[in-house]
Amino acid sequence: MYNKKVMDHFMNPRNVGEIEDADGIGEAGNPHGDQMKIFLKIRDDRIEDVKFKTFGCAAAIASSSMATELIKGKTLKEAWELTNEAVAEALEGLPPGKLECSVVSREAIHRAINEYRKKQGLEALEEQT
Amino acid sequence: MREKRFVYMDHAATTFTKPEVAESMLPFLRENFGNPSSLYSIGREGKEAIEAAREQLAKALGAKPGEIYFTSGGTESDNWAVKGTAFSRRKKGKHIITTPIEHHAVLYPCEYLESQGFDVTYLPVDRYGLVDPAEVEAAIREDTVLISVMYANNEIGTIEPIQEIGEIAKEHDVLFHTDAVQIIGTVPLDMKQKHKDVDMLSLSSHKFYGPKGIGVLYLREGTEIHNYMHGGGQERGKRAGTENVVGIVGMGKAIELATSNIEKHNDKIRKMRDRLLSGVLEIPSCRLNGHPEKRLPGNLNFSFEYIEGESLLLMLDQMGVCSSTGSACTSGSLGTSHVLKAIGLPPEIAQGSLRLTLGDANSEEDIDYVLDVLSETVGKLRNMSPFYKPATACEK
Repeated sequence: MYNKKVMDHFMNPRNVGEIEDADGIGEAGNPHGDQMKIFLKIRDDRIEDVKFKTFGCAAAIASSSMATELIKGKTLKEAWELTNEAVAEALEGLPPGKLECSVVSREAIHRAINEYRKKQGLEALEEQT
Repeated sequence: MREKRFVYMDHAATTFTKPEVAESMLPFLRENFGNPSSLYSIGREGKEAIEAAREQLAKALGAKPGEIYFTSGGTESDNWAVKGTAFSRRKKGKHIITTPIEHHAVLYPCEYLESQGFDVTYLPVDRYGLVDPAEVEAAIREDTVLISVMYANNEIGTIEPIQEIGEIAKEHDVLFHTDAVQIIGTVPLDMKQKHKDVDMLSLSSHKFYGPKGIGVLYLREGTEIHNYMHGGGQERGKRAGTENVVGIVGMGKAIELATSNIEKHNDKIRKMRDRLLSGVLEIPSCRLNGHPEKRLPGNLNFSFEYIEGESLLLMLDQMGVCSSTGSACTSGSLGTSHVLKAIGLPPEIAQGSLRLTLGDANSEEDIDYVLDVLSETVGKLRNMSPFYKPATACEK
C-alpha cells in the first residue's frame, strides 16, 4: 500500500518534537481527522529549525516528516510555497485517497509563518485559492 | 536486543489451514479430480467425500446431514439466508429485524432489501454491543418475516443471547438467522436442543483452520427459502454449481478438529488472552471495548487515546505483529467502524482502536512479545501526537 520511502518517513519520522522558544507555531487539522502542530525557529527570514507533532494515519505522519525536511533551511517565502504535490512527490507517491492527508502540513506551515509575521508586526499572508 | 518475531494475532480475520486439513484435501487436488455428479469411480469418490464431510458438519452442529448446504463462505451464507427467506415470505410481510453491529454480509443485503420495498429495523445495542431480547420482542410486527442477529461480533467479540432471541422468534412465528462465523470451536452447537429455535446459521471454514472459499448455510428442515443458484441440481437444487470438493473435504476435517475438546481449547486461549489483557491495561489511557465476560475467548479490542489505529497497526506490522483496527483514513478524515459507532464510542476513542484475536498460531512467548512492542509503539505514537498529555489514569 505505501512505498518504501513513505514507510521510512513513517517509521523514522524526521524532526518530531517541540521547540520551546519557537518563533512561529501553527496547528491544522480536520475535526475527527488528522491533526498537525508545527514549531518554527526562524533567523534572518530563514527556517533554522523545525519540529512537528502529528496525529493521524501513516500518510499524515510521513507527509509531516517530509514537509519539515523540505522547509528546513529554506526562506519563509519558499516554505510558504510548498505544495502538497511537492511533498507527495518527494515521498515518491501516496496511495489514492491519501494525498489529502498531506494537506494539513501545508496549512500548519502557513499558520506558523503567519503567527511569526504577526509577532513581527507584519500582516498575515493570504491563502491562494 | 529483542529478537523480532512473527506474531499472528488476527484469527478473527482468518486462520491458518491446519496441516491435517491440508493433508486431507490433497487427494482431491490430485488423483480424485472427478466431478461428483459423474457416475464413474473418481466421480463417485468425490460424491462420497462430500457426503462424508456433510456428516462431519452435521455431527458438529447437532444437525441432520440434509440440513447442511455448502456455500462459498460466510458472505454467501448470509446473503442467501437474508435475501432467500425475505423473498420467499414477502407475501406474508416485508419487515426484517437485525442489529447495527452485524457483518456487512448481513447489513448490505438488508440495505438491498430496503431498496426492494422491505422495511428493516436496526435494534439498538448497549455499550458492550449486547442486544436486549426484550427489544427484539418489542420490534416484532404483524408483518415481520425474519430476524437476523449474529452469534458473536467479529470486532468486539461480544456474544449475543441467541437462545432467548430464538425463543421469541419462534413464539411469533418469525424465521431466525444467526451469523455464527466467529463462534465455531468456542461454543458447542446443538441445532436439535440448545439451538432448536435457530432456523438458519452461517459458518465459514477459514475461521476455524479450514480452507478459504467454503462455508455452510445450516437450513432447518422445512424452512422456506428461494434457491440461491439456479443450474445443475447440486445441493438438492437449492445451490447449483459443481461442488468445491477440495474445500468441502478440508472443512469437514477442520470442523471435526475444531469441535473436539472445545473447553480445553478455550481454556488455553483464554489464559493467554487474559494475561495479554491485564498487561495491556497497564498502558495508561486505554480501555477494553466489548463485554468483559460475554465475549469470545480469543478476542481483545482496545482503544488507545491520542493515537490513530492505522498508524498503530502498520507500526506493529513492522515489528512482525499482525493485528486489525476499526479506524480507516481516507482523504484526511478518519472513519471508524460501524460496530464501534453503534456501541457509542466517540470518534476520538474509536480512532485509536486495535483488535488482537488469539488462536492456535499463538504461544505464551507471543504474549510477552506483543506486550513489549505494543507499549513501546503506543508510546512512540503518543510522543508524536499533538493531543497527548501524559496521564496516569487507566480506565478499566
